Amino acid sequence: MKTEEIIIAGFGGQGVLSMGQMLAYSALIDNKETSWMPSYGPEMRGGTANCVVIVSDSRISSPLVSKYDTAIILNQPSMEKFEKAVKPGGSLFYEESTIIQPPMRTDINIYRISALREAERLNKKQVANMVMLGAFLEVKPIVQFESILAALKKVLPERHHHLIPINEQALLKGKEIISEYLKEPV
Amino acid sequence: MEKQELKGKEIKLMKGNEALAEAAIRAGLDAYFGYPITPQSEVMEYLTENIPLRRGLVLQAESEVASINMVYGAAGAGARVMTSSSSPGMSLMQEGISYIASAQLPCLLVNVMRGGPGLGTIQPSQGDYFQAVKGGGHGDYKLFTLAPSTVQEMVDFVFEGFKMAEKYRVPAMLLADGALGQMMEKVELPAEGQFPHVIPDWATTGKKEGRKQNVITSLFIQPEKMEQINLDLQAKYKAMEIEVKSESINTEDADLILVAFGLVARICMKAAELAREKGIKVGVIRPITLFPFPTEVLNTTADRVKKFLVVEMNAGQMVEDVRLSINGKADVQFYGRMGGMIPNPEEILTKLESMMK
Repeated sequence: MKTEEIIIAGFGGQGVLSMGQMLAYSALIDNKETSWMPSYGPEMRGGTANCVVIVSDSRISSPLVSKYDTAIILNQPSMEKFEKAVKPGGSLFYEESTIIQPPMRTDINIYRISALREAERLNKKQVANMVMLGAFLEVKPIVQFESILAALKKVLPERHHHLIPINEQALLKGKEIISEYLKEPV
Repeated sequence: MEKQELKGKEIKLMKGNEALAEAAIRAGLDAYFGYPITPQSEVMEYLTENIPLRRGLVLQAESEVASINMVYGAAGAGARVMTSSSSPGMSLMQEGISYIASAQLPCLLVNVMRGGPGLGTIQPSQGDYFQAVKGGGHGDYKLFTLAPSTVQEMVDFVFEGFKMAEKYRVPAMLLADGALGQMMEKVELPAEGQFPHVIPDWATTGKKEGRKQNVITSLFIQPEKMEQINLDLQAKYKAMEIEVKSESINTEDADLILVAFGLVARICMKAAELAREKGIKVGVIRPITLFPFPTEVLNTTADRVKKFLVVEMNAGQMVEDVRLSINGKADVQFYGRMGGMIPNPEEILTKLESMMK
């Protein structure tokens, strides 16, 4: 890996910003360069949220970019905004139940993830974001999985530390379902 | 109150606002006075939570006007003192800043800029460049102005700002923007207790027998006296020129130079990388101190390079100082976004390409 430029976008409350923070903390643990740039403006107060995370082996120039290696999409408005912003040959991961109009591009790798369904099976729909993150990391292991687990402790406030095991399960579930998905004939 | 152990050097992932607050504590901050405003409210929140067991006072005043006058008082008493705000709040502070400059007191002012004019937006902007470097309040005064472009510099320039403020007895300004305040990056925090502060002999600490009376004022009613104060200030601003700082990247072989400060400079570095991939030799000059301004490096670069593009998140403010520095030796053009919009590397590249045709 040289540099991975990622956009994570969805509704506020889906854990979009914390997914990005976990990647950034893991990159720090792995001794890589990283930046995490959140949307903090009116769109956040009105519903949608996104963050741009860059993980790199070398110094990061702009923490803001307009083309991404990876987009992780958790709602329809973000799909409309960011499908076109994925670099040719890049990857797009989306949560299937939140998307009405699936992506149409043929020059990128598209991964449909049933993250919410898997999270509901774990009786904790709040960890759907971790299913998405696990799936992403299985395809693009830009940080070590142990570092992601360590990052959970940083991102979750202490009062929520009892939820670390369920988050770990969700991450592993994401890795598992994408492995099966990748085996499926297209 | 029992004092906690001093913190050692640490590497952390932090938001710009929190990093600068932590840096202030590690720089031995005696007092902070402020009033919350997005996008920098985390500064006071972080200080409030983290300072009590260490040292120093954090006080939320009833307004920005009150905050800056508390800063004035604390600085007069010799404290290492700061405030922070964002654009509309900074406007409210201008009268007090002019008083502090006239009374020749050190303090650190932080402006995490948002889009204006007016209440504007909470998104990032560089619309307060003029306000920061041309005075802002009334009268002939300057602030030692630093423009960070990374979260690391949000830390480093807190130390640098206090150092310069105390060395020259001037208010120093850290001019950041909302995105720098909100983003997270890796930072190396220096150890606590490495930046000692002694109460200066001019401070109003209560007259003891045998010491002459110290007076802190900005009122000099006799014009002869007021002119002398002005001459002293101007001499000081001239002397500060040796502290000028800038960063030049790939300028040696460049056919075109991008000039930008703060976060925009990093976006320009990306644009320059994209341009070089297309065979256009682009360099970047990033003013680090905005006052004193890096006139010399711009002027000498213009002996060789004949095209400059200044990029800012405003309608064109620093570009005036770039043009004054280059003094007609080269073509200086401008590209800006306003109102909280951030330029992206591709649109800067498009502008660069149009200039090379």
